[in-house]
Amino acid sequence: MDIRDVELGAASAPVATAGSAPAVATVGVTKRFAGGVVANNRVSFEAKRGEVHALLGENGAGKTTLCNILTGLYKPDEGEVLVDGRPVRLHSPREAQAAGIFMVHQHLSLVDSLTVAENVVLGWSRQRGLGFSARQVEAEIGEVALRYRMHVDPRAKVWQLSLGERQRVDILKALYRGASILILDEPTTVLTPSETEQLFSSIREMVAGGSTVIFISHKLPEVLAIADRTTILRKGRSITTVDVADTDARQLARLMVGHEMSFDVVPRAADAASAPAPAPPVVLELDHVSAQGDFGTEALKDVSLTVHAGEILGIAGVAGNGQRELAEVVAGLRPFTRGTIRYAGKPVTPGDAREVIDRGVAYIPEDRMGTGVSPKLSVTENLILKSYRRGSPHAGPLLLMKQADAQAARLMERFDIRAPGPRTLVRQLSGGNVQKVVLARELSSQPRVVVAASPTRGLDVGATEYVRRVLVDAAKQGAGILLISEDLDEIVELSNRTAVLYEGRIVGVVDTARANYEQLGLMMAGAAS
Amino acid sequence: MNSDIAVAIAVSAIAYGTPLVLAGLGELLAERSGVLNLGVEGMMLMGAVTAFFTSQVMHGPGWAVLIVAVIAAGAAGAALALIHAFLSITIRVNQIVSGLALTIFAGVIGLSSYAGQVWNIGGQHGVHQLNKMDLFGLSGLPVVGPILFDQDAFVYLSWVLVVLVAYYLYRTRIGLYLRAVGESPRSADAMGINVTAYRYTHTVIGGFLAGLGGAYFTLAIAPIWTDGLTAGAGWIAIALVIFAFWRPDLLVVGAYLFGALSSLGFTLQANGVRLPAEFFSALPYLMTIVVLAGASTTLAKRRIGTPAALGVPYVREEA
Repeated sequence: MDIRDVELGAASAPVATAGSAPAVATVGVTKRFAGGVVANNRVSFEAKRGEVHALLGENGAGKTTLCNILTGLYKPDEGEVLVDGRPVRLHSPREAQAAGIFMVHQHLSLVDSLTVAENVVLGWSRQRGLGFSARQVEAEIGEVALRYRMHVDPRAKVWQLSLGERQRVDILKALYRGASILILDEPTTVLTPSETEQLFSSIREMVAGGSTVIFISHKLPEVLAIADRTTILRKGRSITTVDVADTDARQLARLMVGHEMSFDVVPRAADAASAPAPAPPVVLELDHVSAQGDFGTEALKDVSLTVHAGEILGIAGVAGNGQRELAEVVAGLRPFTRGTIRYAGKPVTPGDAREVIDRGVAYIPEDRMGTGVSPKLSVTENLILKSYRRGSPHAGPLLLMKQADAQAARLMERFDIRAPGPRTLVRQLSGGNVQKVVLARELSSQPRVVVAASPTRGLDVGATEYVRRVLVDAAKQGAGILLISEDLDEIVELSNRTAVLYEGRIVGVVDTARANYEQLGLMMAGAAS
Repeated sequence: MNSDIAVAIAVSAIAYGTPLVLAGLGELLAERSGVLNLGVEGMMLMGAVTAFFTSQVMHGPGWAVLIVAVIAAGAAGAALALIHAFLSITIRVNQIVSGLALTIFAGVIGLSSYAGQVWNIGGQHGVHQLNKMDLFGLSGLPVVGPILFDQDAFVYLSWVLVVLVAYYLYRTRIGLYLRAVGESPRSADAMGINVTAYRYTHTVIGGFLAGLGGAYFTLAIAPIWTDGLTAGAGWIAIALVIFAFWRPDLLVVGAYLFGALSSLGFTLQANGVRLPAEFFSALPYLMTIVVLAGASTTLAKRRIGTPAALGVPYVREEA
């Protein structure tokens, strides 16, 4: 990837506007880590009172480091942090919290077995003394919740809550403690679209009350929807700060990546083969397939689908409507209870992953780190995991690691896996590179069927674009692709046909080119077919 | 069978159950902080031998001697627990290995037996003993009198401790913090709670209570010292904590149930019921196996309140 390292503007030096100092600002903050990594390089930005300020950047751009400095976890090597225009030294999260700065992390810091109220007063309470009155805390939380329209039952145990509700608890905790500057780290990752909408209205409530919200994201539509201004970070530097009203997705993407994104020009497989050959063969066929979920309920009900060679069939739907089970059934990881699955016309034994692999099925699982790769093994080892029975270089029972490394190095080149070497542990790679390792292993053997479950979730813009292109390429080479994704944009962009999954049933299959969002949205909500 | 036998069983269930209540409460506190201490048996034996030795050699009024002996026993248990705390919290040795090592080190063929020999207390008859106290003069009441109001000070102490621990866990902020430390040390740390301090404190308090439990054997149950006289009570205490789902109220129930099993053979035989003595001696251990097997089923694991971070060393991810 060619990234022009151009400073697009030095407008980011804080200039105190007349009258009111920014609620929080950094001036020339630099943070170096052992090994010479400069995570923040003279980063300056300022967020005003009553503003939603987005920090936008790809994974590894330095957003999280910056926030760890703001919340007192890291000490900056150079530069300073200003709160209300005054320089402050923040040596611990506690000091940051005393200054009103709170952060809601992606991995929420809640204790599952405690109640919402107990979690809120953990480590800090409005009450004095040894004891605490659960009822009083519950009332106080209810008050805060009402004010910011974040409904949650203070007496519920955290493990009973959905991820979205847990996040609400974490935010409530900060508000209860008097947060005036709230940092949200990729808050929408765990949310459904309607929960995201709720979160956004709560955020508006907070800034209307004079708080400052710092919104970390790499999702452009969200930044455009919620932020007032955004500071773009790239490779540890603050590139510029722009008013969201004066910009658009294309400009932000360019600032973020440093080069023009080929956003909507990823060619659809259908466009590439605009004169479709007469009826390409069916490579994957589900015939009235039913399967059970983890808790014995019927997660897939009478699902019938066909995927043709060279086609991408998108599976749209709100999370938890049978997507995971569908992916696992097709990949042979979950037995189906009724129906038949045929790969290239031939049926398979339910739940026999090896047989499915032998039929040429590649599987890009949703759970990248757990199912996709073995994080503590090297890139080479992960790449030969699936081919140990045949393709990998061996002499009898012994693996020839030198040759395997060489093979891995070629795949790293071909799939643009950025790692110091083939012996690097996969655990040490970024999310995008981990997914490329999965792609390299799964797609290098010319699969006939590819099952891709949320293949771009959590990836930055560059990696997302890459993964999508690789999938389209695989389709062009004749593979039939089952693309399961909660990201409707992704499905509309990539797939030839879209099937909508709702409560384990296929409510409809439409030609994507002719579908519109409203229709798909209604189908996903179970309101139309 | 008549109500006399039932009362006798209840009384001896409390007698045999009291060391289990004490040691169990201690282990419960340690485990709530996330530290599994399998050294309970060793700590109890050290408590037992220390208490007995102190009560034999010290001069003074009986009550003063007994108080000092009990505190010495607690201190011996606490000292051993401190070793476990250092190994498992500071240098993060596997807690199972460290706890087992502690029991072997202090146990039947280890330190406690050695101390017994050096102090030459084997075969001596105890000078001081915890006597029954007629509480509020109510010991004469039928049935409840002998059970509730005619016990020694240790039994009353154990009841107070149960209430205190329950109150502490569920009604105080530090108790809440303790539960958080055992469930999710990372979250607790992020909230500014000192995970290491909580774990050390509760492991050491746990050792102190195990020492008290041991002292009860030599000061109340039988005023003698023999090697390994706790006979596995420490292990039963550990099983009890699981049996009680880490709740002090259920722990008392379980402890007296085990106490009843331990004394059942003795009581029944004294009352003329004939069954092999070995059968009764084996009962508590059989019960322990049943309880542990039951608690290990996945169904039980899901909901019954095992501290999520139990046995897991906490490593803060530094920058």
